[in-house]
Amino acid sequence: MTAAPLPRDAHGAPPVISVRGIDMVFLKKAPGLADKAAEMLGIPRPAPVGVHALDHVDLDVFKGEVVGLVGESGCGKSTLGRVIAGILDPTAGTLRFHGREFSEMTPEERYRAKVAVQMIFQDPFASLNPRKRVAEIIGEAPVVHGIVPKGEIDDYVDEIMLKCGIDPAYKQRFPHQFSGGQRQRIGIARALAVKPQFLVCDESVAALDVSIQAQVINLFMDLRRDFDLTYLFISHDLGVVEHIADRVVIMYLGRVVETAPTEQLFANPRHPYTQALLANMPRISTEKQAFGQIKGEIPSPMHPPSGCHFNPRCPHAFARCPAERPRLIESAPGVAAACHLLEEAV
Amino acid sequence: MTGEPTLVVEGLKTHFFTEAGVVKSVDGVDLAVNRGEILGLVGESGSGKSVTGFSILGLIDPPGRIVGGSVRLNGEELTTASPKRLRSLRGDRIAMIFQDPMMTLNPVLKIETQMVETLQAHVKIGRAEARARARDALGRVGIPSPEERLDSYPHQFSGGMRQRVAIAIALLHGPDLIIADEPTTALDVTIQAQILSEVQTLCRETGTALIWITHDLAIISGLADRVAVMYAGKIVETGRIAEVVATPRHPYTHGLIGSVPSRNRRGERLTQIPGMTPSFLALPPGCAFAPRCPRADEKCLAMPELAPCPGGGHLARCFHPVPEGAAS
Repeated sequence: MTAAPLPRDAHGAPPVISVRGIDMVFLKKAPGLADKAAEMLGIPRPAPVGVHALDHVDLDVFKGEVVGLVGESGCGKSTLGRVIAGILDPTAGTLRFHGREFSEMTPEERYRAKVAVQMIFQDPFASLNPRKRVAEIIGEAPVVHGIVPKGEIDDYVDEIMLKCGIDPAYKQRFPHQFSGGQRQRIGIARALAVKPQFLVCDESVAALDVSIQAQVINLFMDLRRDFDLTYLFISHDLGVVEHIADRVVIMYLGRVVETAPTEQLFANPRHPYTQALLANMPRISTEKQAFGQIKGEIPSPMHPPSGCHFNPRCPHAFARCPAERPRLIESAPGVAAACHLLEEAV
Repeated sequence: MTGEPTLVVEGLKTHFFTEAGVVKSVDGVDLAVNRGEILGLVGESGSGKSVTGFSILGLIDPPGRIVGGSVRLNGEELTTASPKRLRSLRGDRIAMIFQDPMMTLNPVLKIETQMVETLQAHVKIGRAEARARARDALGRVGIPSPEERLDSYPHQFSGGMRQRVAIAIALLHGPDLIIADEPTTALDVTIQAQILSEVQTLCRETGTALIWITHDLAIISGLADRVAVMYAGKIVETGRIAEVVATPRHPYTHGLIGSVPSRNRRGERLTQIPGMTPSFLALPPGCAFAPRCPRADEKCLAMPELAPCPGGGHLARCFHPVPEGAAS
C-alpha cells in the first residue's frame, strides 16, 4: 500500500492524531472453534455477520485544534472516539500519534502515548466510581503513571480541582453528593490529572441543562488555552459543535461524508445529508421553523443501503448513487465531501 | 365551546410531602391553552414542568398531592373529579406522550392489540372497525405500510417509529388536549424534525390543543405559539413565543437564551448563568432566581407577581425586568 504522506500544520508538524483507513466490525457472534479450525485449514466458511461501525475512516487532528465529530445514532462517531482513545482496537487501519504508528513504538513510548490521549464520557453518573472519594478519583491515575510523586498528590489534586471549578474543600466527598454539572467537572478533572495532550469528549455536555452546559463549554475552552489541549469533540448537537469546533467532520452510517472548517460548513454545506441536518437543527428564532424536509429513517447499520448510504433518503439521488460508493474528494486542504453530485458537477 | 380556552389551569399547587420536608414542585401555576394552539412549557431539570403535566392529568401519587388551584378542561373541573371520571377522560379527551415511548407501549403485546384496547376502552366498536381506525391513525403519523405494522411488536420498531406509535395512540380518540413531555429528546435531529412537522400539522388540522414540555427553547421557538418558562415551581415568564424570544424580560429567560451556543459568537465565551438550580428543600426567600441573578437587590427578598412588563405586552415575574433591546 502506498501511503500518501501525512499532511502538516503551519509549523510543519504532523497531526497529533491521525487515523487512516480505519475499519471497525463488531461481529454478531464471536468466531467459534469451528471457524478457527476452518481458517487454519483454509476451508471457506460463510462470511461472519457483523456491524460495520466504521468503514474506512480517515481523520487528522492537528495540535491545538478542536475537531467536532457530528452524526446521528449509529453513525460510528463514538466508536471512532473510542478507537482514537485506545479503548477499542480497530479491525483494520492505522492509528498514528504525532506521525508515528503505534505498532512502531517501543512499549514505553506506546504507554506514554496512550496516557496522553484521554476520554471524557457523556454520563457523569455512570463514568465515576460511586465508592471512591473525589480525591481518589482524580488522584489515583497520576500516581500510578508516575506523573506526580505520592507526597505531592494532595496539592496537585487541589490545583486540578480549582482549574476545573470544583471547590477542593469537597475532595473527601463521594460522586453522588454532587450535581450533574459538578460531576462532569470531576470527570474532566480526572482526565486532566494525567496531563494529556489530547482529549476525546464523547457527548460530554449532552446530559446537562442548558445553563450548566454553557458553564462546562466555557470550561473546555479555558482549559484548551491553559493546558494547550487538542480536542475531538463528539456530539449530535450542531449548535454546540458550531460554537466550539474549528473544523467539523460529519459521519453517516460508519463513513465520513463531509469535512470542512466550521464557518464554511455551516455557511455552505455541500453534502445533502449535511444540508438536511442543518435545515432541521432547531434554532432560537422569532419565526416558526419548517421542520422535516428529510424523509425516511436512519437505516440499520447491520444492513446499510448499497452505494452511498444516504441514497434512499436523499432528495437528489440518481442512478449512480445506489450503485457506487462515492469517494471522499478533497477540494481544498481540510475540505472534503463524498457525493456523486459534486463529482458530476466538476 | 364558547370563550373559555380548552384548558385553564389556575393557581395549581402540587406539593410532595417527603421525610426531608415539603417539596413545592408546582407552586401556583396559571396556564391556558386554546383550541389548536401549541404551548411550550420550558424549564430545566427540577423546575416542575413535568409535575405540572402530570398534575393536569391527575397522575400524582403519594407522597405528592395537588394542594390547591384548579384545572378545567372545557369548563369541567378536574382536581375534584372522581377517579372514575378522570379515567374515562384520560386517553379520550386528554392524552399524554412521554419521553420514552416504552412507557406507553407494552413490550409483549402487538401494536394492534394495544391500539384496539385503547379504542374499545372508550367507545363501543367492533374489532374490525377498531383495527381500521388504528391503521388510519398509524398512517396519519407517517408510519409506512401501517396495515402490516399493526402486527408488529414494539421492539420491532426504531425509537422514532415507536414515538410515532405513541403519538398515534394519543390521537386515537381525537383528544381536546395532548400533553407531550420531552417526546423528541431521545431522538436524532432528522427524526425529531419529522415528528415536529407532523405534530404541527395535526394540531392545525384537528384543533387539538398541545402542551409541549421541554428543556429546549430552540424546539419551542420553532414549534409553539406561546411559551411559559418555569423556574423552581413557578412560571417566571410567559407570552407569545416571538415576543419572549425577541425581548426576554425575566433575567432567567434572558440568561437561558443567551447561553444557547448558536446565539453566541463562535469561540467567544458563552454567557453563563452562575450557580445552579436550587433544591426545592432549600429555596431562597422571595424570588428563587435572585441568588443567581445579576439584577437582584434587597427588593427581591419578596416574591414578585407575574405581571405585564412596562412597555412589553407579555408577563414576567420580576421586580427588575431586563430592559427591551438589551443584548442577550
